[in-house]
Amino acid sequence: MNWSGLENLLSGVNKYSTAFGRIWLSMVFVFRVLVFVVAAQRVWGDESKDFVCNTRQPGCTNVCYDHIFPISHIRLWALQLIFVTCPSLMVMAHVKLREGKDAKYVALHQGSHLYANPGKKRGGLWWTYLLSLVFKAGFDTSFLYILYRIYHGYDLPKLSKCSIEPCPNTVDCFISRPTEKKIFMLFMVISSALCILMCICEMIYLIGKRISKLLRIRHENERLLFAEQHELTNMAPPRSQYRKTDPTLAGSQLSLTKREKIRENSATTTL
Amino acid sequence: MSWPALYAQLVGANRHSTSLGKIWLSVLFIFRVMVLVVAAESVWGDEQSDFTCNTLQPGCENVCYDQFFPVSHIRLWCLQLVFVSTPTLLVAMYVAYRNHSDKKRLLQSSGRSGFLSSKGQEEELETLKKRRLPIAGALWWTYACSLVFRLLFEGGFMYALYVVYDGFQMPRLVQCDQWPCPNLVDCFISRPTEKTIFTVFMATASSICMVLNMAELAYLVAKAVTRSLCGQKERKSSRERMQNKTNQKLLVST
Repeated sequence: MNWSGLENLLSGVNKYSTAFGRIWLSMVFVFRVLVFVVAAQRVWGDESKDFVCNTRQPGCTNVCYDHIFPISHIRLWALQLIFVTCPSLMVMAHVKLREGKDAKYVALHQGSHLYANPGKKRGGLWWTYLLSLVFKAGFDTSFLYILYRIYHGYDLPKLSKCSIEPCPNTVDCFISRPTEKKIFMLFMVISSALCILMCICEMIYLIGKRISKLLRIRHENERLLFAEQHELTNMAPPRSQYRKTDPTLAGSQLSLTKREKIRENSATTTL
Repeated sequence: MSWPALYAQLVGANRHSTSLGKIWLSVLFIFRVMVLVVAAESVWGDEQSDFTCNTLQPGCENVCYDQFFPVSHIRLWCLQLVFVSTPTLLVAMYVAYRNHSDKKRLLQSSGRSGFLSSKGQEEELETLKKRRLPIAGALWWTYACSLVFRLLFEGGFMYALYVVYDGFQMPRLVQCDQWPCPNLVDCFISRPTEKTIFTVFMATASSICMVLNMAELAYLVAKAVTRSLCGQKERKSSRERMQNKTNQKLLVST
């Protein structure tokens, strides 16, 4: 199985992630995909062949195996890894879209860019990134819940009893390598939980950063408004005579912000 | 089955698709090819060895297995994915043909005009290779045909799977009385629940791909209609302008 293909695809996403996102990606690839490929698949390799029931009734073993393992852990984890890594592709697609739009703008407007940095998380891309985090956490949580429900709480008993047709009576069935399977299951569950935690931390960090930025801007505007209304001179002299502009904004996005407008007004007020 | 080779072929043709086409390709490779390779092949791996019948009659199991599994799900899905990816190659072939004829025309015209700079010619050839053709004219028809074929193949294979296996569910027990089985024999399929889950998953992914294809077809048709309407309006307005000019000339002359 070509997990390296997926890895290549996702290493591109690393550029546009926050620090938490990079840690998340490394965790997923080192602790989950690598362990899954190297170890877990070997442990579950003989799950069907070495599943024995204390009966000679043909078909009883098949039926009991199907009842105890509706879906194998390995398949569930493979699906979980595929679903969990997909939302990052949404972010990549959005950045590619922005780059495409930027290229078209450059071609039409001779050199000036629409986006100074298409990968910077502003506006629509911020929302796409947040949505991808929500999806990642959501998929991980739902798969953990499905595993919990199917296997009655991350448990792998050494012995299970089964009395489904055509088993003639209640038959003892034995799983192969239950302890090793339990250890790997706990490992995968804990790493999933840590990944969910990382996603939540990243969401809090993103939202917190946004809120603090908005609060700072509002506070600044209020101060300047107060200064203007009470005909005070600038309370703190500007550090530079040049107009401070956001270097990440492109020419087309530069417009006088409220703060600059107020400053210009107060500068021209005659006392 | 060399899926990376198929991927390489399709990604090349992908440059000329719409955004829906690009999404279709990702859904195809991530949710269908990858799931098929990672999961489905291991689930169906022991389908024949773990197919047990309640009989000791030699040959009965073989015959019953053959009766209930004329063609395995895995093979059907592989074939479906191959057939569904093939129409995109039509588009790739057309693009290659266009590039080839444009290159020939370019070389001929540069030869005729005596344009000696080889560097400029190389640059032009490079842009020819790297450009993205707009979906109009013959390319539009090729692309629309490829979408129609994709839809037909997807629908056809889903229907075939439904008919051969009587629905998307895998039963636990099947009864069989083909010769040489001595009587009505109970046969048990291995991992029916897991197989049902994967069959439903693949059927869902197929339907999502079909919906994407239909949306893309609708988008292409809408784009063509608006383009022709705009074209008609422009032609009408230019005709009107010409008429106005001649009217003015007539007035002036009288």
